[in-house]
Amino acid sequence: MTALQIVLSAVCVLLAVWLVVLIVRDRQPDDYLYAALGLLEVGLVAQLVIGLVMVSGDHGGVNVAAYVGYLVGALVILPIAFVWSVGERTRSGTGVLLVAVVVVPVLFLRLHQLWGAK
Amino acid sequence: MTSTRTGFGRILVFVYGVFALAATARALVQLATQASKAPVAYSLSLFSGIVYIVATWALATDRRRVALVTIGIELTGVLVIGTLSHPSDIDRASVWSDYGNGYGFVPLVLPFVGLWWLWHINRPQRPMLG
Repeated sequence: MTALQIVLSAVCVLLAVWLVVLIVRDRQPDDYLYAALGLLEVGLVAQLVIGLVMVSGDHGGVNVAAYVGYLVGALVILPIAFVWSVGERTRSGTGVLLVAVVVVPVLFLRLHQLWGAK
Repeated sequence: MTSTRTGFGRILVFVYGVFALAATARALVQLATQASKAPVAYSLSLFSGIVYIVATWALATDRRRVALVTIGIELTGVLVIGTLSHPSDIDRASVWSDYGNGYGFVPLVLPFVGLWWLWHINRPQRPMLG
């Protein structure tokens, strides 16, 4: 995985732990958590830009459509989760955010596999 | 007021949405870039994506009968395709191939969870988990 993907995966793990604590204690996410999610999203935008530069250069036969698909998927999942989550301010709403931060590293893994399969 | 989209249903709808997006996007990429390779498998991929889309919409809008039918199709699909497909067909895979092995077997578990949720919510009213 790229250095950025490793850093962002670590952020996802921290956020997942944070969200589990909130769910267990039945607390609502605060501004700090939303700020951290925002920071993660900034990282995902950076990853999209870097990824697009990578596939537009010498990529040696990587499946570009699939690669860009996963980049875009990683970009949209947090905003969708956020909107769906705030529709219900319960543990379940927080659980939606938890699912999202678990899925993001899985998408990184797929990106890594796609790049390695060239 | 309970609905298929509240409580645990909120998480379930999101997971279904993720799979709707993943299966449909995967099928479209497969059909767009290498349609001639395995048209039947890729069309099946697209079919599974559409099933997830309809199930997501039904669960999100409390349409229980539609949800039941689509989740039933989903369960049949993952069991039939899972039994017929082989792990070596990676290039021709759909979400349901090898019982959803490529997706951590979530496609196999998800219809059971969906059916449990519909059963749970249709029982006579009781205090619910938040």
